[in-house]
Amino acid sequence: MRGRLGIRILQVIPTLLLVSMLVFGLQELMPGDPAVLLAGEDANPTVIAQIRKELWLDRPVPVQYLHWLSGALHGNLGYSWRLREPVLQLIGQKLPVTMQLSAMAIVFAIGIGVPMGVLSAVKRDTPLDWLANAVGLGGLSIPTFWLGIMMILFFSVDLGWLPPSGYVSLARNWERSLATTIMPAFVLGNAIAAVLMRHTRSAMLQALSQDYVRTARAKGLGEWVVVMRHALRNALIPVVTLGALEFGALLSGAVLTEQVFSIPGFGKLIVDAVFNRDYPVVQGVVMVVAALYITLNLIADILYIIINPRLRAA
Amino acid sequence: MAASATTADAAARTARMVHESPRRAAMRRFMHHRTAMLGLVVVIAFILVAVFAPLIAHDRPDATSWSLIRKAPSWAHWMGTDENGRDVFSRVVYGARASLLAGVVAVTIAAGIGVPVGLVAGFVGGLTDALISRVVDAMLAVPFLILAIALAAFLGPSLTNAMIAIGVAAAPVFVRVARGAALDVSTNDYVEAARALGNPPWRVAMRHVLPNIIPPVLVQCTLALATAIIAEASLSFLGLGQQPPAPSWGSMLNSAQQFLTQAPWLAIFPGAAIFFAVLSFNLVGDGLRDALDPRRR
Repeated sequence: MRGRLGIRILQVIPTLLLVSMLVFGLQELMPGDPAVLLAGEDANPTVIAQIRKELWLDRPVPVQYLHWLSGALHGNLGYSWRLREPVLQLIGQKLPVTMQLSAMAIVFAIGIGVPMGVLSAVKRDTPLDWLANAVGLGGLSIPTFWLGIMMILFFSVDLGWLPPSGYVSLARNWERSLATTIMPAFVLGNAIAAVLMRHTRSAMLQALSQDYVRTARAKGLGEWVVVMRHALRNALIPVVTLGALEFGALLSGAVLTEQVFSIPGFGKLIVDAVFNRDYPVVQGVVMVVAALYITLNLIADILYIIINPRLRAA
Repeated sequence: MAASATTADAAARTARMVHESPRRAAMRRFMHHRTAMLGLVVVIAFILVAVFAPLIAHDRPDATSWSLIRKAPSWAHWMGTDENGRDVFSRVVYGARASLLAGVVAVTIAAGIGVPVGLVAGFVGGLTDALISRVVDAMLAVPFLILAIALAAFLGPSLTNAMIAIGVAAAPVFVRVARGAALDVSTNDYVEAARALGNPPWRVAMRHVLPNIIPPVLVQCTLALATAIIAEASLSFLGLGQQPPAPSWGSMLNSAQQFLTQAPWLAIFPGAAIFFAVLSFNLVGDGLRDALDPRRR
């Protein structure tokens, strides 16, 4: 097991290096000279030359990359061109907001997706199964931002129950914090719930056809005990690991959800950076998101190896 | 009499199933998939709307009228009018062009990059496969929409750049699908036989491997179309796709946000169009997958 874990951990290094090349390479796509963009079209050539020197733009691309990589390894992802603050510091300020939203979204996703998947598998080929599948497919097809707008229309404009936008932190006022994040968290969790529902249904169908389930039934155990204690426990192993892969969808969804509900998180940071052509922030956010995603996948794989007795023995 | 007819029918069906090719069997399963057929009908309807937009729309999508600002849906304007007095129905109809075009072009780019690269990785194997797989892993480590946003941001906001960004961001999944299928197909006896007959590797890959990896690639294309339509709408919603005043469902939703209390219809109809378009492509994709791989059902 240790060898397998070691190999898996070592595989992360080349992937992260390639991601860093990809992120750095993004700036090569940019039309025009970044120094001119920063100084302005009418700027003095001396100023432009000075900026080029400061940003290492006067060196060959591989040297620029190594300089950037060395900074990134020391926790320096550069400075925001607009806010003149370190990129990592900006990300650090916004990350807790997105993390709160994501944690609440995961609660919604698991709370809706797993029971729906179990019910759909247990009641296979009945109207309940068809309904669950239809809801799942609908959840996958509905655009996050449209669902958000529709919820604002209904719960904020029509009923006046929840604030349509804004964010209050948990530390400041937990009730207001929940009121401002419950709708965006539901919207964000919806698509993940649909994916979890599909994974759970297929894993449960497989588990329910196994010999140990037949044995449990033959022993005279109640159907509830068979489903919950025998089938679901085994079905959840692949669901948990596949669920970890949805972290990417969660971050993508956060970009749009935070925009609709005006939440000052990670997603809003990248959108604002895009519109202000604050490229170091765009690069920094993409790099941090990729590193988080890779780490989460690694944890999921390690958990899978630890949980699965067949892999543990190998 | 009736019983013997039923038996004869069953026998004929069995005989047909025994003799029919896998491709024909998949087609038959797809044609009998009711939800997939429903999805296909809606997809065809959307294509017809996009192609015949000038005949279906009430007005030009950019025709403004100061006397018709934010009018609620009526017989004259089925989906109401927007903040510039433009007919929302006409804009939704013309918006189908941007969405479907973006979907088709982005998926063509993704498949155009992903299938050849995946075929090479799966067929050649060894160091080439290892290198390609690591690059694909790195690209997949960046969430799809965030990669598309970053690419669109650096390329500049426009529908063309959005299509390129979505296509490039979606390509790694095609590499994975094509590679997996190519690996699987390469172990078949007929590929070994083609090699043993002295065919050069490129001919074996093109003549014997490529045609057999088409089914999973086709399923991926349909599902990717749904993803690409949502992605284009998302980029346009953020202001990185189709630029105003050209109509796009995503950009219509973006401007609708400012008038939610006064004109909710501005948000309802373009969003519903995205939802039904994506749902229909997903239904077709699911049906194709079930038809091509019945074990998955």
